[in-house]
Amino acid sequence: MRAMAVAVLALVLAAVLTLTVGVREGGFSLVWQALSAFDPNDPAHIAIQSVRMPRLIAGLIAGAALGMAGTIMQAITRNPLADPGILGINAGAAFAVVIGSLIAGRADNGLMAALAFPGAAAAAVAVFALGGGLKGDAGPVRLTLAGVALSAMLLSFVSAIILARNEALEVFRFWVTGSLAQAGMRPLGYMAIAAVFGACLAIAIAPRIEALSLGSALARGLGTKPGRIQLGALVAVTALTGAAVGVAGPVAFLGLLVPRLARRAGGHVLRRELIASAILGAAILLFADTIGRIVIPPTEIRVGTMTALIGAPMFIWMARRLRAGASA
Amino acid sequence: MMLENDNALKAEGLTIGYGERTVIDNLSLDFPAGRMTAILGPNGCGKSTLLRALARLITPGKGKVTLGSDNIFSMDTRALARRLAILPQASKAPEGITVADLVRRGRTPWRGLFSAWSEADAAAVARALKEVGLTDMSERPIDQLSGGQRQRAWVALVLAQDTPCLLLDEPTTWLDLTHQIEVLSLIRERNRAQGVTVVTVLHDLNLAARFYDTLVLLGPNGMVAAGAPQDVLTEDNLMIGFGLSAMVVPDPITGTPMVVPR
Repeated sequence: MRAMAVAVLALVLAAVLTLTVGVREGGFSLVWQALSAFDPNDPAHIAIQSVRMPRLIAGLIAGAALGMAGTIMQAITRNPLADPGILGINAGAAFAVVIGSLIAGRADNGLMAALAFPGAAAAAVAVFALGGGLKGDAGPVRLTLAGVALSAMLLSFVSAIILARNEALEVFRFWVTGSLAQAGMRPLGYMAIAAVFGACLAIAIAPRIEALSLGSALARGLGTKPGRIQLGALVAVTALTGAAVGVAGPVAFLGLLVPRLARRAGGHVLRRELIASAILGAAILLFADTIGRIVIPPTEIRVGTMTALIGAPMFIWMARRLRAGASA
Repeated sequence: MMLENDNALKAEGLTIGYGERTVIDNLSLDFPAGRMTAILGPNGCGKSTLLRALARLITPGKGKVTLGSDNIFSMDTRALARRLAILPQASKAPEGITVADLVRRGRTPWRGLFSAWSEADAAAVARALKEVGLTDMSERPIDQLSGGQRQRAWVALVLAQDTPCLLLDEPTTWLDLTHQIEVLSLIRERNRAQGVTVVTVLHDLNLAARFYDTLVLLGPNGMVAAGAPQDVLTEDNLMIGFGLSAMVVPDPITGTPMVVPR
């Protein structure tokens, strides 16, 4: 319980920093005024309402969604390296959005929402098929390799498509490395609904996922249907990852980092772990974003780069601890 | 109250094969309610296959399995899991999980989609931990336990499932003799205290004769014998089932048959 309280405090602090850091003068009190007594004629208020708030909301959605998606994926694959970024699900959503808008010749929010989810689902199915996950237990190494390869391939397609089209560099960057900048342009409403749906589904099926993580024979003996649990987990991961990519682009490694910390806060009770993952995921993403904004002013380091800077060394460390063929 | 007979398992005309190979051919067998039955036989004779069919983990080509008056293959999955539990061979626990958290997962069939942890769940888990003697170690991670303790934790998981019918696939494999006896004793305690129907696949013939009411001996060509230990473990049956030349003498302590290979 203490760890959970610390996580909530961290999230509150991260949210406050997201709203206040870099606000020229007035700091916290100005932010408070802009939120409680909005003055449409004050440009500072407008900036907070139209720039900072969307950024905070996008960070909350993407961070919570990626944290939960990572926790579900790690529980169901029994693979501590499972993460929507590493397993190529982020890349699948980004790829579908980019290629879809290329074909349709437009890139509005509705189209993006319609494409991100099937893209994420297709990548999830593909990575399980490639990694041997469809025929019983896929070893973590095989599944991870399949995911890394799929992710690299899809993101290089994304780069190739966008570079060939002479798009603005900023657009290109968003679909390769995630960012919370210009979050006001993203379909926050749709994606919040998708994320909440994914979160509720994940919480609902959590006890069944726990049963499945004991092996499929025992899970069936406990009265669950492994195929249905896997389908439910796939839908939840797709909704969560699609929502995250829709508001922040493909942010890698967050889903790797967060479940490990959440396990400390939630013990081995998956529902508690999921709630902790949502809180910690949002807190870490917002911290990373704020740090990225202040390290080399006036430019900012994109949050996708920040999470990679923290997450990549951790991935290497975790992969080194993993024995070939081990399952946990 | 459930009728005693509702907990009897019955295989009728069971035929199971993997591809071309038929492992079990037209087998009919009774597993009486409230009794302990051990399935014995050489490797590859289909012991585990039979047990898995009794728990609906595999679907037979022909025949059916009934629990009381219900065909288990047409029962609701969760309804079956509230009446019959199975502990498969060599299960793997998630890394770092504690004994209590593992045993709690045995309550899965009793929990609804959004329902919270109930008093009954907590009581069943506490009782299962007590039965296997792990109450004091319930907050310890499984990976820190000895082999015998770990196996008792897995048995506690199916005990917490709180079913009137309990199936176990080689629960004593890899354990030393002391721990084998420990595990079989606690299963028998549950059987005697609550009239639970127990079916177990076992390797050790002498322990089976000591602890079980009924033995089923499968051989390479189907069932050899079924019945009380002294009727099943005979020199002739051992030759047919195992191709083993052995002498059968009364166990000096319990008087049950004891197999001594020649």
